[in-house]
Amino acid sequence: MNYVGIDIGSTASKVAVTGEKELKFVLPTGWSSKETTMLIKEKLLEDGVDVGDAETKVAATGYGRIAVDFADYVITEITCHARGGREMAGDECTIIDVGGQDTKVILVSEGMVQDFLMNDKCSAGTGKFLEIMANRLGVSLQELFDMAAAGTVLPISSLCTVFAESEVINYIGEGKNREDIAAGVVDSVAAKVAQLSQRKNLSEKVILTGGLSHSRYFTGILSAKVGKTVEPTADGRYAGALGAALLAREKSARR
Amino acid sequence: MADNHKMWEELGMNLELHDQLCEVLPQAFGDVFLSQENRPEGMDYYNMVVADIHGIRPAELIEHQKKGGKVFGTFCVYVPDEVIFAADAIATGLCGGSQFWVPGGEKVLPTNTCPLIKASVGARLDRTCPFFRIADMYIGETTCDGKKKAWEILAEDVPVHVMDLPQMKRAKDVKAWAEEIAALKEKVEEFTGNTVTAEKLAESIKLINGKRKALARLYDCRKSETLPISGTDALVISQIAFYDDPARFTQMTNKLCDELEQRIKDGVSVVPAGTKRIMLTGTPLAIPNWKLHNIVETSGAVVVCEEMCTGTRYFENYVDESKETVEDQITAIAERYMNINCACFTPNHARIDDILRLAKEYKVDGIIDVNLKFCNLYDTEGYFIERAMKEANIPVLGIETDYTDSDAQQLRTRVSAFVEMLNN
Repeated sequence: MNYVGIDIGSTASKVAVTGEKELKFVLPTGWSSKETTMLIKEKLLEDGVDVGDAETKVAATGYGRIAVDFADYVITEITCHARGGREMAGDECTIIDVGGQDTKVILVSEGMVQDFLMNDKCSAGTGKFLEIMANRLGVSLQELFDMAAAGTVLPISSLCTVFAESEVINYIGEGKNREDIAAGVVDSVAAKVAQLSQRKNLSEKVILTGGLSHSRYFTGILSAKVGKTVEPTADGRYAGALGAALLAREKSARR
Repeated sequence: MADNHKMWEELGMNLELHDQLCEVLPQAFGDVFLSQENRPEGMDYYNMVVADIHGIRPAELIEHQKKGGKVFGTFCVYVPDEVIFAADAIATGLCGGSQFWVPGGEKVLPTNTCPLIKASVGARLDRTCPFFRIADMYIGETTCDGKKKAWEILAEDVPVHVMDLPQMKRAKDVKAWAEEIAALKEKVEEFTGNTVTAEKLAESIKLINGKRKALARLYDCRKSETLPISGTDALVISQIAFYDDPARFTQMTNKLCDELEQRIKDGVSVVPAGTKRIMLTGTPLAIPNWKLHNIVETSGAVVVCEEMCTGTRYFENYVDESKETVEDQITAIAERYMNINCACFTPNHARIDDILRLAKEYKVDGIIDVNLKFCNLYDTEGYFIERAMKEANIPVLGIETDYTDSDAQQLRTRVSAFVEMLNN
């Protein structure tokens, strides 16, 4: 048997397979979740996993989960991230997921979701904010982080991405250091994520998942702001997909 | 359905704009209500009332006016209908619950005003709701800063009488509210030319208590493990209660309850056994705001109670019917209304007690605390609710939303995740 987890995020689509095959891959979601879903199906077939056969169980998650028409299970990203995070950090943990359009804080206790929180309908404190600011500075996300590590934080006070972008434009106009602006951008995202997290009582063990999850630089800033060690995760961007794959296995075993 | 255009035209409505609303409502109603399975037959009455929402009742109100009667528009569960009906006038709820009216409100109000106020002001100023046109006088109240200022804007277009609701619940505040009710009585008497006698007031107290009892009976049915009616259907009944003829509404709701009680005896439930039972708490859901109920009930859970103005805050507690003088009756009315626990009061611990009690009575598995965007009072009180529910081991999900559909998918994710959490 193979168990496939497909996490169609707003920016990236992540796939994890567990069972006879063990594999992971990521591709950009692009403009159509449907088309991405087809690409995933083909890619899986190339790797020897046929989502159409009875020996393969598929769970879909992420904001585009409905587009995965061959899924056996459709599960929200909260439940899937909790399952994947639990695999990475154990039965008592808090998962902070900074995604492309959502930031989530999920409290896991005894292996179950105990409570969760998502950001409001706003891109501040999400990957989208970083993407927009990196574009404005004419660099890639990785370059933005590298620059930020070498800079001193310039304060960005706006709570809104659009207004914060104006602040960045002002700094550019004033001829400020790009490194310092980059440091300000990353710091502001961490501050907003920390603000959201602090509405809940975080567990002792806190991990970061999502596209920034491998960044020690980011977890360092975040840890300082939430007052607890936020651990980076090597495969954190696959937390949702992995969780979905594991849930596909557990749900099909229950039948 | 009769063509109401002539009536709307005579009301000075903006027909072109109003037609746009008339075009979308049947679709919305069909999607949300008629798609439900196994609905009680007694819902036919409410279906009809909503289907011709801007026709049937407005025509009745106009008929009443032709006979020399007055119509008062109200916006809040603290405004005592008893006094208005005792003067042979009619009270009708006016709260706007559609995004359709919001842009009209935003022409004159700050954007960060709650959608309920924006929609209400927009419905009046854009002339797109017959009820807002028909009401001869609006009765406002001082429940929040947004409303206080909105009355001033509305008063430039229509007569408005504002009741000063105290914001604490000491003995002197109850007394002050009784004085405000006495002032309302005088205003209503002056405006209608009719005298509110003890006899008339006793009658209207019975009339409105009767409506409360019918709603309480409906809600009692929802406490049953065998759930005979969906939350979505119960919500629209609560919403209709605000503007329907009270005697007819009471009769039809009692008739529906006969059917619901029979369903409970026969074991007829609208959901499979084990479906998670949700209570919504917080800000009101004015008609036609059915968004959250629809999301919850199409995400594998069911709404069994609303601790809201469109819910328990509207009908719980009765006015003492034993008083014989107008003065004593007004005191009894004040006492009943001051028992409503709205977030505009400080402190407001009794509301937490209400929610804990309701959670038990309705066998609730989880609570969704709903805040209409920019309602600071309920938003702030959400902090205490979340803490109290945690202590009582009742899962709670906080949601902030407005009348737009743009966040429907995000809300669906949150609600589905909450239901998945409850099912684990």
